[in-house]
Amino acid sequence: MHSSYNRLEPRGFYWFLYTIPALLVYIFFMAYPLLDSIRLSMYSGTYSNMTFVGLENFRKIFFDSEVSTRYVNALLNTVVFFLYHMLVQNVLGIIFAVLLTQRGKERRNSIYQTIIFIPTTLAILVTGYLWKLILNPVWSKNLLDAIGLSALAQPWLGKESTALTAVSLVSCWQWVGIPMMMFVAALRNISEDIFEAANIEGANRWQVFWRIQLPLIKPVVGIVAILTFVNNFNAFDVVFAMETANGAPGYSTDILGTLFYRVGIAGQHPIGIPNPGLGAAIATITFLMLIAGVIPVLLKTRTKE
Amino acid sequence: MDSVRRKKSRLFGKKAGIASSLILFVWSAIVIFPLWVMFINSFKDRLSIYKNPFWLPEKWNFKNYTNVLKEGNYLVYFRNSFLVVFLSIFIVLVLGSLVAYALANWKGSIPNILYFIFIAGMMLPIRIASIRLLGIMKSIKLINTIWSLLPIYTAMGLPIAVFVLTEYMRQFPKELMEAAHVDGAGRLKILVRVVMPMMRPALATVAIYNLVPFWNDLWFPLIMISEENQKTLLLGVTRLFGQYQTDWSMVLAVLSLSALPVILLYIFMSKQFIKGLTAGALKG
Repeated sequence: MHSSYNRLEPRGFYWFLYTIPALLVYIFFMAYPLLDSIRLSMYSGTYSNMTFVGLENFRKIFFDSEVSTRYVNALLNTVVFFLYHMLVQNVLGIIFAVLLTQRGKERRNSIYQTIIFIPTTLAILVTGYLWKLILNPVWSKNLLDAIGLSALAQPWLGKESTALTAVSLVSCWQWVGIPMMMFVAALRNISEDIFEAANIEGANRWQVFWRIQLPLIKPVVGIVAILTFVNNFNAFDVVFAMETANGAPGYSTDILGTLFYRVGIAGQHPIGIPNPGLGAAIATITFLMLIAGVIPVLLKTRTKE
Repeated sequence: MDSVRRKKSRLFGKKAGIASSLILFVWSAIVIFPLWVMFINSFKDRLSIYKNPFWLPEKWNFKNYTNVLKEGNYLVYFRNSFLVVFLSIFIVLVLGSLVAYALANWKGSIPNILYFIFIAGMMLPIRIASIRLLGIMKSIKLINTIWSLLPIYTAMGLPIAVFVLTEYMRQFPKELMEAAHVDGAGRLKILVRVVMPMMRPALATVAIYNLVPFWNDLWFPLIMISEENQKTLLLGVTRLFGQYQTDWSMVLAVLSLSALPVILLYIFMSKQFIKGLTAGALKG
């Protein structure tokens, strides 16, 4: 018995063979391009004719006024975009999760849960286009007039002061299902006994949430924050759909994803030729920011578990 | 004293119950309203969507759909998306199972390192590598074809596959594998005949987890493909959106057609969808 059991666990090299196909794909199309992007960020020129320029691209991004104006603007917009998701999407996610884990209403809960999750399964390109039409006052004015909210019939996407807010809120509407479901799963893991005890002590709903539920789901709060951060700093589709890759109007919705696309891939007005080195530099900075942001949160939530 | 307190907390619960139902109801309306608008207006004609934007059409008009399907290349886009997504998921499941099988049975520290390397990919945003990937696809001549998406999606899907399937394989009863081994089955055969049929739920989780982001991916088709007959569904939608911009009922028919397959699949399998889409993050 023992010897046959051992035969099932051969030497390492045998098992290594099983991992080779996946490793090849993973290395060639994920690890290598990521690392080589960092090298590329130190070159300038077009694809066919690249010259090593050291940290010149990074200097441009921060100190060359033409490039840095756009970059700083996109970075700040991305931060605002991220804050909207933290404050609206994730807070709503927690609220919905608390409401959906109330005992004795399983049927109602499961119906609402299914509905709230629908947008998450759709492409944000499609829902972005859809909201773009709905938010057009030409269309919505009649309804808003009829229900006495004429003041809401405004070109929200066309004004620099409101466009970023409108785009962010559409994105929150789209993705709220993910944090919601993660919080639902975390809340369901909390033992029933704790609520019994709290009830006997006379704690109200508010106290139960702040003193019991929230502290216990803290690790999930950390994971949700990380996911939001990583996704927002790579976002592109929602702005592309609603405000084009130029981050219209007047770059007010230009985020790192759209700037990266214009500079490194599509080519930017007025030149129209992509600058892969500069694009790679923008991506590299994003990459470093993600690493710097993710690791501390990961360590913090892990140790508190 | 105790009973008074309990009554109080129940009373509070009732009020809170009404408030919570109200919040959920209002948000659900906010979710459904745009989809309703999209769907009903896609059956109107160009002008009546302005006169009557939010209610059922007076006359149901299917012309938008037949037009899109006839002239819009829609079926080509759909076929391309289907092919790429289906094949990518299949490859992810096969390669992921092989890795998971090896990592779960292989003793020592190397499998732990490999596991960590694969899992790290869950946090690595592959979009950052786009410029380099563009160069790679150019040099292996896959640019401008749907096949350029295949290795990218496979690399994107592998981390979660390795994560979910390795967890599953580690719990797989060793006795079953051993019994098959005694019967003379090779290890690869054990994987295919014994292990994989039993881990269908885990494979389904991985498949659904990847289905939505692959199907809904705009970024990689956008940067890799400009050839009309190689476009994916979403890339096609961007083209049709521009083309029909002056006729919103047409645009809405295009959007409905692209949203419908996913919505239908979701309605029939919402439990699996939700489980699949949140699987990666729960333990991560």
